[in-house]
Amino acid sequence: MSEPILSVRNMKVWFDVRDDAAGGIFPKTKKLKAVDGVSFDLMPGETLGIVGESGCGKSTLARSIIRLVKATSGEAIWMGRDLLTMSDSDMLTVRKDIQMIFQDPLASLNPRMTCGEIIAEPLKTHSKGMGKAERREKVSAMLEKVGMDPSHINRYPHEFSGGQCQRIGIARALITNPKLIICDEPVSALDVSVQAQVVNLLMALQKELGISLLFIAHDLSVVKHISDRIMVLYFGNVVEIGTSKQVIEAPQHAYTQKLIASIPIPDPRKEMARREVRRAKRAAK
Amino acid sequence: MNILDVKNLSVTFNTPDGDVHAVNDVSFTLAEGKTLAIVGESGSGKSQSAFAIMGLLPKNGHAGGSVKYMGDEILNISEAAINKYRANEIAMIFQDPMTSLNPYMRISNQLTEVLVHHKGMSKREALVESIKMLDAVQIPEAASRVHMYPHEFSGGMRQRVMIAMSLLCGPKLLIADEPTTALDVTVQAEIMDLLIDLQEDFGMAIILITHDMGIVAGTCEDTLVMFGGNVMEYRPTLDLFDNPQHPYTKGLLEAVPRLDRDVETLSTVSYDFLEGGKS
Amino acid sequence: MNTETVIKGRSLWSDARRRFFQNKAAVAGVIALTCIVLISFIGPYFAVWSFEEIDWDTMGSAATLGKPSFASGHFFGTDDLGRDLYSRVLQGTRVSLKVGIIGAGIAVIVGTVYGTVAGYVGGSTDQIMMRIVDVLMSIPFMFVLILLLVIFGRSETMIFIGIGMFAWLDMSRIVRGQTLTLKNKEFVEAARATGVSTPTIIRRHIVPNLLGIVAIYATLLVPAMILTESFISFLGLGVQEPKTSWGALISEGAGTIRYDTEWQLLFPLAFFVITLFSFFFIGDGLRDALDPKDR
Repeated sequence: MSEPILSVRNMKVWFDVRDDAAGGIFPKTKKLKAVDGVSFDLMPGETLGIVGESGCGKSTLARSIIRLVKATSGEAIWMGRDLLTMSDSDMLTVRKDIQMIFQDPLASLNPRMTCGEIIAEPLKTHSKGMGKAERREKVSAMLEKVGMDPSHINRYPHEFSGGQCQRIGIARALITNPKLIICDEPVSALDVSVQAQVVNLLMALQKELGISLLFIAHDLSVVKHISDRIMVLYFGNVVEIGTSKQVIEAPQHAYTQKLIASIPIPDPRKEMARREVRRAKRAAK
Repeated sequence: MNILDVKNLSVTFNTPDGDVHAVNDVSFTLAEGKTLAIVGESGSGKSQSAFAIMGLLPKNGHAGGSVKYMGDEILNISEAAINKYRANEIAMIFQDPMTSLNPYMRISNQLTEVLVHHKGMSKREALVESIKMLDAVQIPEAASRVHMYPHEFSGGMRQRVMIAMSLLCGPKLLIADEPTTALDVTVQAEIMDLLIDLQEDFGMAIILITHDMGIVAGTCEDTLVMFGGNVMEYRPTLDLFDNPQHPYTKGLLEAVPRLDRDVETLSTVSYDFLEGGKS
Repeated sequence: MNTETVIKGRSLWSDARRRFFQNKAAVAGVIALTCIVLISFIGPYFAVWSFEEIDWDTMGSAATLGKPSFASGHFFGTDDLGRDLYSRVLQGTRVSLKVGIIGAGIAVIVGTVYGTVAGYVGGSTDQIMMRIVDVLMSIPFMFVLILLLVIFGRSETMIFIGIGMFAWLDMSRIVRGQTLTLKNKEFVEAARATGVSTPTIIRRHIVPNLLGIVAIYATLLVPAMILTESFISFLGLGVQEPKTSWGALISEGAGTIRYDTEWQLLFPLAFFVITLFSFFFIGDGLRDALDPKDR
């Protein structure tokens, strides 16, 4: 097996929050352990799905890897070097290789910039010598690649639908030819039909370009579809990590089992049967 | 007897850019104690239909057609008249429970207020009744928690409080507008199970508005699929899933990734049916 | 590349412009304000008398000989010293507008820069910067302004310095609040994730999204500045005679209203009121046009 492109070791992100229960005149603080000792490896070209409910620390984990959030301790080894301790200028060169896609398609695009300017921003940052014409050429090509009409290059985000905005977000992430894309709930704000298009696009692009994906979502069905391996987070801890097949078909941890049992399946007969099972379990308690 | 008879319901909004037809020609019937799902994506008009039934459209919205509750017309009647139906006969719960709970009032006061106002109970009776109802929606230690404020409850618990509040006056019809969309999946399952259990206990009819085909599958006898303000398909749920007739319904069912199925690529919804004239 | 078919985008600004021009009150405000500005600059070419010239014939009998009339060339009449009110009102308009616009301009520039830096950098920098604002805000500003004018003498420069020192405080607070909201938006996070430098983020992502609220607040600041200057002039501490401003003119007009020279009050007052209302209507229109909830 090849070397992992990213190894996260014992990552911890603790926040100081006000402790309302403590009382006293001066506000006391307590530690909120958003991420509490997470370790995993990511192989080149692999998709690792990260699932968990809201507040389980999945987004914080992703952000701490690329230093959008300060990690309390731990390591994130990117091709042999620790991202958390390297200098800002070294980190800048790495940012070209690690891009991110966000949850809210419209909010992740600056409303005052055209679609072309938005996609070109990483190029402006990382390829400063590139001429205007060449940059425009690249942006147009990228628009085409994500299934959009290049003639819309001068339009503004509010003139696009949610699905199109997410495609622009994907184009922005791909323009620097990254090796890893962190997807933070990229489809959860989209309608079902649009969600399918965006998932297909992401999978096709990944196959073509051989990128690694960290795919964060709360919807296990989507994660299962897109991921090679799945990591289940619960209150900042990894409760289970394994291939998609293992995790879905033979979940080991009680939380994973509950999660899988809770996900509705669009099949009336199966769904009724599952509800009866849940009801029997409740009655047994 | 049908509890609700909706015929040719339409909703139009007057906007500065002209009239927008949000709902066109929606008809369905709902028998007592039964469950109907209205499924659609954003902008399909599913919520606006419910708002029209409850008389909750914003000022620039107009409803047309007919909505009969137990044989009586309730569409476009006066505010005073529809108020008699609200809470007592028809209740509604929303996606975000905080929109209907007053953050500055104790849960106990909010619940008893409803009973005192609608049922003329004394404060003491109302409190006993409220605690009973919180028990019914499976809130642990209801008697001590009843005096807490909404923000002291988690999202799932808040939705339970909301359900308890809507059931206080014993409505015969509950309209649930995306009741679990803001909740985690595990909590969603609990709330849906609770709704079904309560339906059996209280014998009310439910209109469930959702975008999630999976939730529909487990809960509803009938399903109405909407797209762009129009009804695409309206049939018994089993039938609809076994043998979807409309290309949009088929597309929607195929487009969802499923835990119990592996596919290479997800199929996407084809909108070819739009070009072939009105479906 | 198919540049020939590129579709032109409709920016939020052009959307806002369209909405703004649908607002009748705001358009009326723009027209009225344009008229006042034009009159104040073109008007002097039609004046018979300059603003400091004394018409010795009317001096002392303003109530009878100084009435507004075309025959005498005093379109708005004369003041008590026999000076042409038409020219004086136009001159006062220029001074008042200048004070208003320059004062608001200083407030906008200083306040925006200060507020964005405090809000975006955050942490202890933000704490220190905002505590400075708090301290400055607690100083009775009108008192200091009056002291300055008394100590250093009356001059336009002194008024600018005095107003400029305090006017940006509110602006910086508003801008800081907005910046805090914008800072947590995903598009700013996206820029940080890709490695865009902090000054560039502020310039490219924060400031353009602040301009809406800044523009609204600026249109409300201009009349506030004009009012401050008028108040100072009303107290007799404003610009140096023979130059004048609306406040000084209104003060003089109000002082002589008992002697049947009501035009001495009415003309400057009309200019003053129309301008203030215009700015308020424009500010209102801008707020409606730029309000994101309406989108």
